Amino acid sequence: MPELNPTQNPVHMRHGSNIGQPLTRRDGILKVKGQAEYAADHHPKGMLFAVIANASIARGRVTSLDIAAAKAHPGVIDVMTSSHKPKLAIDPDIKTNPFVFRMEVLQSDEIRYAGQSIAVVIAETLEAATEGAALLSPRYAALPARVGLDAGESFEPPVVGVGNPTAHVHGDVEAGLAAAAKTVEAVYETPPQYHNAMEPHAVVASWDGDRLSIDTPSQAMVMARARVAELFGIPAENIQIRSPFLGGGFGSKGFLTGPQILGVMAARLVGKPVKLVLRREQMYGPVGHRAPTRQRLRMGVDGDGRLVAIDHHARTVSSSYDDFYEPAAGASHTLYASRAIRTTHDAVRVDTGTPLFMRAPGEATGSIALESMIDEMAFACGIDPLDFRLQNYAEVEPITGKPFSSKALRECYAQGAARFGWDKRRLAPRTMRDESGLLVGWGMGTATFPALMFMAEARAAIRRDGSGVMEIGAHDMGQGAWTALAQIAADGLGLDLDKVEFRSGTSDLPDGGIAGGSAHTATAGNAIHNAGAAVIAKLADLATKDERSPLFGAGNTGVVARDGRLHRRDDESRSESYADILTRAGLAEIDARATGAADPAAQAEYAMHAHGAVFAEVKVDPDLGQVRVTRMVGAFAAGRIINPRMVQSQLYGGMIWGLSFALHEEAITDRRSGRIMNANLAEYHIPVNADVPALDVLTVDEHDPHVNALGIKGVGEIGITGSAGAVANAVWHATGVRVRRFPIRIDELLT
Amino acid sequence: MKPFDYVKPATLADAVAAAAQPGAAYLAAGTNLIDLMKGGVSRPDRLVDVTHLPGLDRIEHLPDGGVRIGALVSNAGLAHDTDFAKAYPAVAEALLSGASAQLRNAATVGGNLLQRTRCAYFYDTASRCNKRAAGSGCDAREGENRLHAVLGWSEQCIATHPSDFCVPLVALDAVVEIEGRNGRRELPLEELHRLPGETPERETVLEPGDLITAVRLPAAARDFAAHARYLKVRERTSYAFAVVSAAAALQIENGKIKDARVALGGIAAKPWRSRVAEQVLKGATPDAQNFREAAQAALAVAKPSGDNAFKIELARRVIVRALTLATAGTPARISALPGSPFAANSGALHA
Ligand SMILES: Cc1cc2nc3c(=O)[nH]c(=O)nc-3n(C[C@H](O)[C@H](O)[C@H](O)COP(=O)(O)OP(=O)(O)OC[C@H]3O[C@@H](n4cnc5c(N)ncnc54)[C@H](O)[C@@H]3O)c2cc1C
Ligand code: SF4
Repeated sequence: MPELNPTQNPVHMRHGSNIGQPLTRRDGILKVKGQAEYAADHHPKGMLFAVIANASIARGRVTSLDIAAAKAHPGVIDVMTSSHKPKLAIDPDIKTNPFVFRMEVLQSDEIRYAGQSIAVVIAETLEAATEGAALLSPRYAALPARVGLDAGESFEPPVVGVGNPTAHVHGDVEAGLAAAAKTVEAVYETPPQYHNAMEPHAVVASWDGDRLSIDTPSQAMVMARARVAELFGIPAENIQIRSPFLGGGFGSKGFLTGPQILGVMAARLVGKPVKLVLRREQMYGPVGHRAPTRQRLRMGVDGDGRLVAIDHHARTVSSSYDDFYEPAAGASHTLYASRAIRTTHDAVRVDTGTPLFMRAPGEATGSIALESMIDEMAFACGIDPLDFRLQNYAEVEPITGKPFSSKALRECYAQGAARFGWDKRRLAPRTMRDESGLLVGWGMGTATFPALMFMAEARAAIRRDGSGVMEIGAHDMGQGAWTALAQIAADGLGLDLDKVEFRSGTSDLPDGGIAGGSAHTATAGNAIHNAGAAVIAKLADLATKDERSPLFGAGNTGVVARDGRLHRRDDESRSESYADILTRAGLAEIDARATGAADPAAQAEYAMHAHGAVFAEVKVDPDLGQVRVTRMVGAFAAGRIINPRMVQSQLYGGMIWGLSFALHEEAITDRRSGRIMNANLAEYHIPVNADVPALDVLTVDEHDPHVNALGIKGVGEIGITGSAGAVANAVWHATGVRVRRFPIRIDELLT
Repeated sequence: MKPFDYVKPATLADAVAAAAQPGAAYLAAGTNLIDLMKGGVSRPDRLVDVTHLPGLDRIEHLPDGGVRIGALVSNAGLAHDTDFAKAYPAVAEALLSGASAQLRNAATVGGNLLQRTRCAYFYDTASRCNKRAAGSGCDAREGENRLHAVLGWSEQCIATHPSDFCVPLVALDAVVEIEGRNGRRELPLEELHRLPGETPERETVLEPGDLITAVRLPAAARDFAAHARYLKVRERTSYAFAVVSAAAALQIENGKIKDARVALGGIAAKPWRSRVAEQVLKGATPDAQNFREAAQAALAVAKPSGDNAFKIELARRVIVRALTLATAGTPARISALPGSPFAANSGALHA
C-alpha cells in the first residue's frame, strides 16, 4: 500500500489539526451494519408501490393501453397515464433556468426514446404493480428510430456542457498544420455509457395537504426542492427532501429525474404515500448518460517535436427534445502548449433519453482521444511519451494564456514515473514480454480536471456547553463528504471533531449546493470554513468587549480559537472557554451563517485545474487478444487534501473507471429499434475485482493560495482522465495495434 | 411478475406428473429461470420446485469407475469435490470459470445444462424471437450479433448455448439420466440440445415432464485426466460468458496422441463436440502443426451469422491453445483464474 501523505498547512493548525487526517468514514459503521437508511428503505404507514411501464419503441405515440387488464389484476389500485394524472403547475418542458432538463412525466402520448415512462401502476404490493405494468400491453404508432452518430443532419449546438462555447480558436491551426514538420490525424470513437450507481433512483413521497415529504437520493437537494415546488405549485418551505445517503450518483442524481417526479405525482393521485424504485434496466434512459462521441484530432509539431497545432473536433448526440452536448473537445484547451489550438463540436439528434453529466463529462471522453493522439504523435516523433509531454508542458493555460493558480504536474510526472519504473520502457511497441510469453505494454496519460466552485451556505453555532453545531445540506454520495466536511467544520469552530454536531442531508438546512463538478468539498467546505470564522468572530466580539473576560481589549483580530477556547494572539496564556463566554453573556447559543463561492477576481486572473499523471501496465495474450491490466500508478496534485483516505478512494474509483472506459463499458444499442440491448449488470460490463490490479495512488503536495481560502481543488472526477488513455496506450504498446474505437475489444487485437 | 402456482413434490413421480402439465416448469436454484420470469421472458403458470427431491444431491463413484452426479449437486459443490476434480479436471475448471462464486454456490447441475441462451433479443420481449415466440422472426439476424453463433445456426436462430460446464462434459461422453412420463431413460449429452433448424423454440429433445436426474461420466473419461484443460476467452477477466471456449483432453503415449477430445463453447446452440478435430489428432504427434490442422478441421464448416467472423479465427486459436495447454499437462491445482488465458500468472486469488 502506498503511504498517505497528508498535506498540512500551518495556518490551519491554529484551528486544530482535523484537516489532513486520514479518518475513516463517520457513517462507515452504520453502512456496514445495514443501519444507514437509503431512500427505498422507507415504508411510511399505508404506503403503496408504484411501478413504471416503459415504451419499447424509441419514437412515436402510444395509441392504447389495456388499463382494464391492469386494474383487474388483484392489488392494483390505479393506473396513472397521460389522461389520468394530477395536473402540474407548469409545463415541465419549460426551462426556467439552465439547470432544468426536460423530463417525461406523462404530459402527452408522445414517445421520445425507448424506455420512456408511459404509465405508472400503483398497487398494494410491488409484485402486483409490476404485473399490472406488464398487463398494459401498449400499442404504438411508431416512427423510425434515429440511432447513432450519423442518424441525421448534423448541426453546431449553441453551447456545449453548461454554457461553454461550442468552438474555441486560438492561433491559426491550418497555418500551423501546413508549416508543421510532422502531422498526425486520427478519428476516435467512444460509446454511450450509463452511470449505473449501485442504488437505483428511488422515491418515497407522502403528501399532507399541500405539504410534501420526499425521501430520494439527490446530489443537489435545494435545487431539487425548487424544481418540485415549481412543478407542483407549492412553496418550497412546504417540501422536505431527505437524502442522507446515496448509493452513488456520478451525475445521475444531480437533477431530479422524471421517475422521481412520477413517484410524487402518483402519491398525489392516490392520496397515500407511494414508493417508486427503478429497476436496473429502467436506469438506461430517464436518468441521463454519457453520450457517444466521434472525435477527429489533428496535430502538428515543429522540427524539435514541439506542438504547433492541435485541432480537435467532436461529434456527439443529444436527444430530440433537449440539449446537452458532451464537451469532449474541451479536453484540448488546457493540457499541452501549442501556438494554435482549435476545438469544435457538432451534433445530431437521436431518439434517446437526454445525455447528461456523467463523472468527468467531456473531460473523460476527450481525454482518452487526446491522450491517445499525443501517444501517436510521440511515437511518430520517435520520442518517449513522457518526454514528449514534458517538452510540450504548458507553463500557462494554452487557450487563454492565463497563469495557473498552481500546477504541480511536473512533480506528478516525476513521482509517478519513478514509482512505476517508466525509464525502463522500450520505445517500440510489441517488444516486451513476460516470463510466460504474454505481451506487455506500458502506457501513460495526463489527468486534468478544472477546479470548480459553485455556491453553498452553512450555519455554525456554538453552544453554552462548549459544543458546536455545523449545519449544511451537503451530500454524501459514498465519497465521504460528511467526514471531510466535518473535519473542516471542527477546525473552523476550533473544536475537536467529537464536540461538533454535523447536521446534513435534508433540504431544510442551509443550501449545500451541488455535489458535482468535483466542487463539493471546495464549495461546501469554504461555506463551513467561513461560517466557523463568522461565529468565532461573534464570540470573540462578546469576550473582547466584556471587561470581565481575560480577553478584554484584545480586539476582534487578536484572538485564536483552539480546543474550545479563545486565546489572545499576543499572549496565549490568556484565554477563556467558549462555555464561560456564553454563560456570562447569558446566551444558550451563538450562531452565524456564511457562504462559500468562487472568487471572480481570482478566477479572472488564474487558470485553475487539478492535474495528474497515470501510468499503466497491461498484459495481452498474443494469440487470443484478451487484455488484463496488471499495474496502475497515478500521481495527482489537487491542492489541499482534507482527508487523504477519502481522496485515495476517489482516485482509486476514478482510475478503475478509466480502465473500464478503455476496456469494458459500452451500452449496445440496437441500430433499428434504438433499444439498449445490455441494460443489466451481467452484460453491461464494468471491471470485476479480477480486472483491477493493486492500484498505487500518490498525492503530490500542492499549495494553492488562489483557488479558495482552504486551497482545495477537488478529486471526484480527475481519476478517470488520463487513466483511460494510459490503458489504451498500454494496449497499443503491448500489441502494436492502435485501437481507436472504445472499449477496446478482442476482435481488433486478433492480428 | 405473473402469478403462478408453486408446487413442491415429494417424489420423482409426483414431480414428473406435476411438470407434465402445459405451462409448468421445473425450478432448481432459479438463477436463470427467475431472471427470465422477472423479465417476462418466461411466464410459467406453475413452478415445480425440485430442490427438495430426495437423492439427487449426491456425487456417486460407480463400481465401473464412472461417476454419477445428481442433478441437484451445486456447481461449486461439484467443482470443489477433490476426487471429482482429480478425475475430471477440465470439468472442474469449466465450472469454476463460470458465473460468480455466489451463483456457482446456488446453481445446480441440471439447471446448468438447461440454462437458456443469453441472446439479448431473446431477453428483450419487444424483439422478435423465434425461440421465445415460435415463428415471430429473429431480430438478432440483422441486429447486434457480434457474439452469436458461427456453427450450426439457421436463418431462424443464431443463438448460442452459454454453458461452460457442458463443453468438457460433451467432450468426455457424458450421459444424461432422465425421469419422464414413461419412466427412466438416458441419452448422450451430445444429443440433449438441438440445433435450431426450422424450430429454434425446441431447444432440447426433452418432452414435457422430463426431469434430468443425473449426469454420468464414463470410466474412460478418467483416462484423460493427465492432459485435460478448459480455456475460456471472455471480455473481462472473470464473471463473463465465453466469447469462445474450448475443452481439450488428450491421452498421450510414447509421444503420440492415443486419443483426443475437443469441444467448443459459445459458438453454437449446443456444446460443440468436434469429432473431425479429434480424427486429425488421433495417432498424430502433439505439435503446433497438428493442432492447427485440427483447429482448421473443427471450423471448416463455420460461417459468420453477423458481425462475428472474428469468432471463427478466435475459435481456431482457442483450440490450438487448449491443446497446447493439455499437452503440457494438467496442473496440480486449478489456477486462481480458472479457464483464463491468464491462469498461469494470475497474480491474485480470484475466480
Ligand atoms: C450473471 C450471471 C452470469 C452467469 N455466467 C455464467 C457463465 O459464465 N458460465 C455458465 O456456464 N453459466 C453462467 N451463468 C448461468 C448459470 O450457470 C445458470 O443460471 C445456472 O447454472 C442455472 O442453474 P439453476 O439451478 O439456477 O437453474 P434454474 O434457473 O432453476 O433452471 C434453469 C432451467 O433449467 C430447468 N431445470 C432445472 N433443473 C432441471 C432438472 N433437473 N430437470 C429438468 N429441467 C431442469 C428449469 O426449468 C429452467 O428452465 C450465469 C448466470 C448469471 C445470472
Ligand atoms: S438468435 Fe435465436 S434467440 Fe436470438 S432472437 Fe434470434 S431466434 Fe431468438
